[in-house]
Amino acid sequence: MEWADEGVVLGVRRLGESSVILEVMTRAHGRHAGVVRGGRSGRMRPVLQPGNSVSLVWRARIEEQLGVFAVEGGQLRAARYMGSALALNLLGAAVALTRLLPERDPHADVHDALALLADHVADDAVGPGLLALFELSLLAELGFGLDLSRCVATGVTDHLAYVSPKSGCAVSAAAGEPWKDRLLPLPPFLSGALAAPPSPQDVLDALRVTGFFLARHVYGPRGMPAPDGRERVIAILQRLSGPSPQ
Amino acid sequence: MASSTGPELERLIQLLARLPGLGPRSARRAALHLIRKREALLAPLADAVRVVADRVVTCTACGNVDTSIPCAICQDPRRDPAVLIVVESVSDLWALERAAALNARYHVLGGVLSPLDGVGPDDLNLASLAERAADPAVAEVIIALNATVDGQTTAHFITDMLQHLPVKVTRLAHGVPVGGELDYLDEGTLVAAIRQRTTL
Repeated sequence: MEWADEGVVLGVRRLGESSVILEVMTRAHGRHAGVVRGGRSGRMRPVLQPGNSVSLVWRARIEEQLGVFAVEGGQLRAARYMGSALALNLLGAAVALTRLLPERDPHADVHDALALLADHVADDAVGPGLLALFELSLLAELGFGLDLSRCVATGVTDHLAYVSPKSGCAVSAAAGEPWKDRLLPLPPFLSGALAAPPSPQDVLDALRVTGFFLARHVYGPRGMPAPDGRERVIAILQRLSGPSPQ
Repeated sequence: MASSTGPELERLIQLLARLPGLGPRSARRAALHLIRKREALLAPLADAVRVVADRVVTCTACGNVDTSIPCAICQDPRRDPAVLIVVESVSDLWALERAAALNARYHVLGGVLSPLDGVGPDDLNLASLAERAADPAVAEVIIALNATVDGQTTAHFITDMLQHLPVKVTRLAHGVPVGGELDYLDEGTLVAAIRQRTTL
């Protein structure tokens, strides 16, 4: 068995003294693990940092085996965000969420969203919004996609201001007015209306929406908490903007 | 296949083979070398191993390993009490001691935050670090963790944790190693080095 692909590094575990087990989100082969011989060497360590893009060749005798990766560095982004707590926690949250996907199940959209997030994670104005969009994409891939394209009550496609926690659909400002206390706020960028980088409050609102549905459909049934990195991202954004999401 | 050595020797070889850097073949060579140097090496080594096994403890103050509590570093009055260096492991502490760059005290975390390995803040010696950093004698905490994503995530976590204290929190610089050639460095290290350039 052999294939070549590109991927974003999710993390490594030590294997013996000089090797590691690499976990990577590949474009065509999903979340995949494999042994990297010499992965703890000075040459390979900088390459195998989470968020870096790599070119991979995976080889195994049969498909069920863990297999061995031959890795070549692509976009080595890690050093660009090591100085930023927000960027590191954004990436940590995205990596933890990616691990919710089943292994070896292709999700090209998640790979692309993760690579885009890793590209811009050090940009404080763009990175947090990309995490919310990444979570939206992940919910869709897990089968719990939200319909934010039109109002669930009236069918209109503009002035969408809320998300129904019951249906996961958008609600327009007019239709949602009587129930606005029970609805989740929908920041414009989450439904695709991205004119400028979203404000920290918009991102907090977006993370409140995605966090609500992740808790209901993903964390709750699995009995697990939200990733620490996500909580720290919210704490940092709250410091920047003030009020907090649930 | 029948063993060419008795069970006692075989056990010694098996134990040696579990040491870092040694495999079954090199363990056999090491065992044979110990036997040949019985008086000069084997007996003193056995004594040293027994003494360490009996006496070694983890320092309750800093997390270092020594034969006394507090450890020799924590007891040393010549060390600057104003500077605390935070390291991941005892091997990092030893590396900094070899460098002899600072005559300070240490705090060993016992790991770094790692979601993949399930290591969270409660698994590290962070509570005792907060206590030590709150000591009015401490003026600076140097975070000497690896330049990895996990290491730097932990560094930022510690910075947040200590932000309410009147201590200066610093970290090691990232960049070109001594003897390093730019052509062979990864792009990330070069970016870090350019960003942290200094005036000559």
